[in-house]
Amino acid sequence: MNNVKIRSGNELVVEGAIAAGCNFFAGYPITPSSEIAEGMSRELPKVHGIFIQMEDELASIGAVIGASLGGKKVMTATSGPGFSLKQENLGVALIAEVPLVIVNVMRGGPSTGLPTRGAQGDVMQARWGTHGDHPVIALAPAFPKEVFLTTIDAFNLAEKFMTPVILLLDELVGHSHEPVELPGPDEYEIVNRKYPEKLETLEIYKREMGKPPLRPDFFMGYPIHIESLEHNDYGYPTTNPEIVEVQQRRRLEKIERHKDEIIRYKTHYTDDAELVIFAFGSMARSALEAIETLRKEGGPKIGLFQPITIWPFPEEQLKKAVGEKDVLVVELNWGQLVYEVERVLKTNKIHSLLKMTGMPIRPDEIIEKIKEIKNA
Amino acid sequence: MLDYEKYLRYRTFPVPWCPGCGIGTIFKAVVTAFAKLEWDPNDIAVVSGIGCSGRLSTYFNTNTLHTTHGRALTFATGIKLSNPDKHVVVFSGDGDALAIGGNHFIHACRRNLNIKLIVINNNIYGMTGGQVSPTTPTGFVTTTTPYGNTEPHFDTVELAKAAGATYVARETVNRPRQMLKVIEKSFKHSGFSVVEIVSNCHINLGRRNKLKHPLPMLKWIDENTIPLSKAKDMSEEELKFKYVVGEFVHRHRPDYLSLYEDLVVKKAGGDKK
Ligand SMILES: Cc1ncc(C[n+]2csc(CCOP(=O)(O)OP(=O)(O)O)c2C)c(N)n1
Repeated sequence: MNNVKIRSGNELVVEGAIAAGCNFFAGYPITPSSEIAEGMSRELPKVHGIFIQMEDELASIGAVIGASLGGKKVMTATSGPGFSLKQENLGVALIAEVPLVIVNVMRGGPSTGLPTRGAQGDVMQARWGTHGDHPVIALAPAFPKEVFLTTIDAFNLAEKFMTPVILLLDELVGHSHEPVELPGPDEYEIVNRKYPEKLETLEIYKREMGKPPLRPDFFMGYPIHIESLEHNDYGYPTTNPEIVEVQQRRRLEKIERHKDEIIRYKTHYTDDAELVIFAFGSMARSALEAIETLRKEGGPKIGLFQPITIWPFPEEQLKKAVGEKDVLVVELNWGQLVYEVERVLKTNKIHSLLKMTGMPIRPDEIIEKIKEIKNA
Repeated sequence: MLDYEKYLRYRTFPVPWCPGCGIGTIFKAVVTAFAKLEWDPNDIAVVSGIGCSGRLSTYFNTNTLHTTHGRALTFATGIKLSNPDKHVVVFSGDGDALAIGGNHFIHACRRNLNIKLIVINNNIYGMTGGQVSPTTPTGFVTTTTPYGNTEPHFDTVELAKAAGATYVARETVNRPRQMLKVIEKSFKHSGFSVVEIVSNCHINLGRRNKLKHPLPMLKWIDENTIPLSKAKDMSEEELKFKYVVGEFVHRHRPDYLSLYEDLVVKKAGGDKK
């Protein structure tokens, strides 16, 4: 235990990013994410990386896409209002298949909302925020070590699948300072994007169904074109319906067909549980405390399904973990992921504990809710 | 003979612009400048926004990136920061650079990264069918100012100067030789450069303002073009709605990356790694 440090979630994102090999960050300050930009401005120059504070969030994501095409491992970080501003260019990264990590430390919304208070209200925005059909990878860690490792994971998935990855923290995860034993380099893997062995074709998007593009970065000796318009195998603009369909499907399938590889989740005490809580981020931690208190007091045996990958939604994993048991969804919003849970678990009885007051849902409130369910 | 063909991506031809559009003349000047400077196509990134001018990037046989409306400079910033030795050229329309992208425009001027911006000013939103732009002359009829434009227009050069660009010039498509000269000079300049090229959109601006064919529209631009040397002796009133052409700024200031390297990376100890 000699590597124990006191760290906030935001600081762990910075350390995770540096460990992952991130060498370019562009951002714009916003509570409760600013410590990430501050940390990157301090750490990146030490490893000869580039930090830049841009004029706004649209510029920040534009700059990281440019740098990623230029061969860097890139990240930007923001919160609700900034996440809204980034949506249009997030679409560029999706259609052009550009790896990047975008952190959203969620705060109370809508609009300026509750800048200093935690929330989990951007779950659906992470899924559908940019216009048009698109695949999404969104990860939401809860515990300190998990934040560090999930940040590395976010880079790995972005580089492997040539796509933006959204790292969803909530303010409570981002700002809680806790002791954490930082994992060493032998405890995680680093994945970098693949390049074609030989530069012999300009058809950079010509790939089997479900595969990410295999292409050089800019300036590698091959004059590639990267497009925000729908494009053909060369990346050149097209409106040909057959080509459009192939490209649209390939992008969706590259995530869909690799769901098992992308989905991370944890189960706690589910085996002997009579009811399973579904909760992520800070709410998973509240739930776990409630569960352990009840077990200590000889109360009802409750379990927890904690998704770390929120999108793609862990459908099969949830079904398997829960079986026929009743489910309680605890989330810090007025009901977002509960609709996904209902969609997936068609025959289970599903309860929900929702709140959006700027305050967390405390373990005692969860215990109260469980008692209410039991007594009903 | 200059070998400018290696800068052309023939596979993507024919080009999409209306017959008589000034963008072709600008395209030719830029590839000619590349050829004169003997830049390796692989060492160039051409980035563009959205609009008729935004379509340009597709036709260069270099590294190319077609982005979103107004944001080309932000993508270019990331490309340049990650590849300081490469050449980054950006095309924007007047709407792209000065309306939706106005914030990025002024901050790029201030930051002074070695990026070459070419603003193609056709005084109108060409691509979307002729709506008013920040450079449309007052009084002109557009599809969103059917009774005439009441707003004053931006002066790209003044804006770039005030925001800190280190090379600023303006030319028109009627003056291809002078245009080539300022483009080439901006490419050789070390720092952020803004070259505004006044171009003709007879289809979406001229048509509604008695300048419906290329020649009358080009003539109108010509009649309103004043060389900088002559403009110096003219009053503000006389220069209203005139395109003063020439080189306005050519100054030196350390660029963002050299300062980052010298002041930030060294202090942080990153240069020793
Ligand atoms: C965010 C966004 N808003 C609006 C548009 C629609 N749009 C496309 S091009 C354009 C204006 C183009 O005018 P300009 O930048 O002057 O370039 P031109 O077509 O004249 O070369 C607009 C408004 C868009 N593509 N994206």
